[in-house]
Amino acid sequence: MNTTEDDPAAGAVTADLRLRVNDRSRPVCVDTRETLLDTLRERLDLTGAKKGCDHGQCGACTVLLDGRRVKSCLVLTVTADDREITTVEGLARDGGLHPLQEAFVANDALQCGYCTPGQLCSALGMLAEAAQGWPSAVTPTDAGDGEVRLDEAEIRERMSGNLCRCGAYRGMVEAIGEVAR
Amino acid sequence: MRPFTYVRPGDAAEAVAAAAAPDAAYLGGGTNLVDLMRLGVATPGTLVDVTRVAGDEIEELPGGEVRVGAAVRNADLAGHPLIRRRYPMLAQAVVAGASGQIRNMATVAGNLLQRTRCPYFQDVTKPCNKRNPGSGCPARDGEHRDLAVLGHSAACVATHPSDMAVAMAALGAVVHVAGADGPRALPLPGLHRLPGDHPERDTLLRPGDLITAVDLPVLPMAARSRYRKVRDRASFAFAVVSVAAALEVDHGSGGPVVRDCRLALGGVAHTPWRAEAAETALRGGPATEEAFARAAGAELAAARPLPGNAFKVPLARNLIVRTLAGLVEGSS
Repeated sequence: MNTTEDDPAAGAVTADLRLRVNDRSRPVCVDTRETLLDTLRERLDLTGAKKGCDHGQCGACTVLLDGRRVKSCLVLTVTADDREITTVEGLARDGGLHPLQEAFVANDALQCGYCTPGQLCSALGMLAEAAQGWPSAVTPTDAGDGEVRLDEAEIRERMSGNLCRCGAYRGMVEAIGEVAR
Repeated sequence: MRPFTYVRPGDAAEAVAAAAAPDAAYLGGGTNLVDLMRLGVATPGTLVDVTRVAGDEIEELPGGEVRVGAAVRNADLAGHPLIRRRYPMLAQAVVAGASGQIRNMATVAGNLLQRTRCPYFQDVTKPCNKRNPGSGCPARDGEHRDLAVLGHSAACVATHPSDMAVAMAALGAVVHVAGADGPRALPLPGLHRLPGDHPERDTLLRPGDLITAVDLPVLPMAARSRYRKVRDRASFAFAVVSVAAALEVDHGSGGPVVRDCRLALGGVAHTPWRAEAAETALRGGPATEEAFARAAGAELAAARPLPGNAFKVPLARNLIVRTLAGLVEGSS
């Protein structure tokens, strides 16, 4: 994946690539400066991932890249051409909500909803990390083989990359805890 | 953002060759660089993506050292059984930093080479000797609460923001570099440099140098080590002050004695700060809180705090004492 300067007047450098998003292959031509967040929202009509801070601090743009949660505002689209991208639009299956989405609804885990797509993708990535036994700042890291028990402290620490200005954290902790059990 | 050409080399040699382009920069996880580009602080003309060529394995070497590939993601480093078992302070340091998403993206080499979060450095409308040499340092008379108390210069009071690098400095990790002149090795904390008159240079790397791996030495006492971090909120915040410590204690009839130790500080200097004066004071002495306080005092005697960050000196002293005392309690 190398690029060409095909618009020297504007100085822009573009690249043709195919993105795999929610199990679909999507051809795009992007400016090398473009982030995955902007490509998803502005070119692919996937506006679930939100632009909150655009500096990697709020988590509203969280998507899954090869199954792992990342901040799409810090991913340059040209780097993602052969990766598997999952956005909140890809979570529902067979016409029904994902169990985590159901749990968010059941537990009032949102108010305005702006951070929710990022919270959902982040929580899914986090649940997979915990299932692999990855440590966190609230568990002893030297155990090495311990099972992670997702109590409230664990969920709050592991979800600290996602902010919610409405303060709907209580419901989110309940919803995530429910799915973890 | 300045337009740039994107290159994805096939191997390290190709990467080094591509980085010879003017204004080239290596791209790892992008968690710092992409943001700095958006802010106009970094303006590379070519980005050389090294996430697929710099090594993404963690392996034990024949001599017992552990080799960490430069492109290993921070989350994979913290989660690896060898790291958690042999170097717990390193795993703790990594999970004490950033957020889950950032740790999935950020690479080991990128973590070492991240830039200071000094607010003046990140704001292109302000003077900053690190970003724009000779333009001045407003932090000294301005907002410097989070900045350095040790080793700073008239030109720069920035701190190195990494947690991981503090634990690696305590361990004496060895950074392997490929460059135009061939491979070489830089033992931490010797990768980073104090600001002096050239704060624009964070490290001793030469243009085009590519970090390929970090070797963690055989250090049995590191199996009982600890990273403690003081920050302004419970999670996802940079260190105000942090301590990485390993302690080997003899429990004799005359009370516990320090046989050996490793100590490094974060959030206090332009580099991850290896506390060698404190280590010297500790070795062979009693493993008591009084002795730990004296050793911390020996290290911090060199501190030259500014009005807004003088609190970091007693904070660092107390953190050293508490961390070492905790390691003694766990050793008997």
